[in-house]
Amino acid sequence: MAEAQDLEARFQARIDNEERIEPKDWMPDAYRKTLIRQISQHAHSEVIGMQPEGTWITRAPSLKRKTILLSKVQDEGGHGLYLYSAAETLGASREEMIAALHGERAKYSSIFNYPALTWADIGAIGWLVDSAAIINQIPLQRCSYGPYARAMVRICKEESFHQRQGYDIMVSLATGTPEQKAMAQDALNRWWWPSVQMFGPPDDASTHSARSMAWKIKRYSNDELRQKFIDQAVEQAKILGLEVPDPDLEWDEASGHYRTGAIDWDEFNRVVAGDGPCNRERLETHRRVHEDGAWVREAVAAYAEKQAARQAQQVAREANAGEAEQSRRVSRGREL
Amino acid sequence: MSLLDAVVGLADDALVLGHRLSEWCGRAPFLEEDLAIANTALDLLGRARTLYGYAETLGGRNEDEYAFLRDAPEFRNLLIYELPGDDFAAACARQFLVDVFDDLYLTELAASRDETLAELGAKCAKESTWHRRHSGEWLNRLGDGTAESHERMQRALEGVWGYHLELFETGPGETRLVASGVLPDRGALERRWSAAVHEAIRSATLDVPSNGRRVAGGRAGEHTEHLGIMLAEMQQLPRACPGANW
Ligand SMILES: [Fe+2]
Ligand SMILES: [Fe+2]
Repeated sequence: MAEAQDLEARFQARIDNEERIEPKDWMPDAYRKTLIRQISQHAHSEVIGMQPEGTWITRAPSLKRKTILLSKVQDEGGHGLYLYSAAETLGASREEMIAALHGERAKYSSIFNYPALTWADIGAIGWLVDSAAIINQIPLQRCSYGPYARAMVRICKEESFHQRQGYDIMVSLATGTPEQKAMAQDALNRWWWPSVQMFGPPDDASTHSARSMAWKIKRYSNDELRQKFIDQAVEQAKILGLEVPDPDLEWDEASGHYRTGAIDWDEFNRVVAGDGPCNRERLETHRRVHEDGAWVREAVAAYAEKQAARQAQQVAREANAGEAEQSRRVSRGREL
Repeated sequence: MSLLDAVVGLADDALVLGHRLSEWCGRAPFLEEDLAIANTALDLLGRARTLYGYAETLGGRNEDEYAFLRDAPEFRNLLIYELPGDDFAAACARQFLVDVFDDLYLTELAASRDETLAELGAKCAKESTWHRRHSGEWLNRLGDGTAESHERMQRALEGVWGYHLELFETGPGETRLVASGVLPDRGALERRWSAAVHEAIRSATLDVPSNGRRVAGGRAGEHTEHLGIMLAEMQQLPRACPGANW
């Protein structure tokens, strides 16, 4: 008992000292569990997030946009991969994590339960959703868990391109034909509040925050990060000449921040609980793709096994041939 | 056929296959393969854009007019590229056959007397060598994997077989460009292609489908139904908003 307390105290001291925790280091069970939950959910978000944008790759309106969007969505898949690997260093297998997603024991970012209805949504997602992701992820580069922090460094490098391509689409639309401008405004109307909610529940209702802060998994509160996003996005909307869909939005001179109207947390909770427009579809698509690919993954495993057996046989054959040669030489030596 | 027509034909080949592969994004059997397919798709889309860009300098239209404002009969891609390939085995089978061809063709194109094509050939041959290695691996894994994957791959090969012959046809008017050393002689590649492909199919424990079938017509604009459906999706937005900038 005293020993466990000692370990825990030393662990916390390392964290307080800004040292990175690595996979082989001792860590409290709850720290490990919290990280597996957070990192796997982060990974699932990257992968599920490929769906709304993915549906527009085949419909992108120019070859340049098609190319950019495809490489953007490909990046998100890569992020999923880095993150699954980071979670694997904590002892979770990818298969288990995917099973938890399919079994609805693991969540993903609720924003992806909204549909990408028009091309402007691709702009709005890149601009707002990737902006929010960047703001969330920058502090995670200094997360106490080494593999997660390093994955975030790689991811953050790519995210700024995502944000730029989204904003660039919005600029083209906002300066385009009246129909395009209307499309841009409509997308902002639909993506604004879900993006604001991406930072999670307000601080006074956030359940895991205090401990994650102490462990330096989290460094800023949900509301702090949200404020950063709002201040930035409102300015960008102005440049675009689009209107943020919040009649109560106002500039607060004293604090130097924008203040939004009341955030509809009932709506947020309803979507998190499963009743957003696309919850069922997102999960169903992921399940179906996974099931459709089962025979391929089985073939990969079977082929790898056959190859390994062939290699082992080859090694054995060569060893036997070597021994036979050796004994032949020996017996020839005797004859001489 | 003029150089412009030939360049547009090659561009269409790359665009149509690139688009087909982009349909796989988010749908591959596992994440690593999702990224690999996207890489190949991006290479092909890049290839298409370079070729359309060249076509424009030869007096043609711009890349988006070519891609989005032509109807199916105006497309000049070979049929093998437009087949759906929405089954993973079918996608792999088609990919391997065309990758071996592209690898051979582009390597020769790198020696073209046309500087732009030579440069493109050199760059793209490297990509296709990589693609070929990747799809060749799939031929092995699926052919020599499980009984089910073997059967699916065999069926996929049968399904695409016969469409490949068009790869070796020199179109009307192309003869002049071949003779002047601007374009490689497609027909001359068939023997090497067959040797490589047959050998790979057999070593993947699969059977080379029997010859005798031959489907062609792409360069003359005679397509399958699949292309029109693909274009309906691809072209919908620019067609709905004429003159808009994206
Ligand atoms: Fe990402
Ligand atoms: Fe992103």
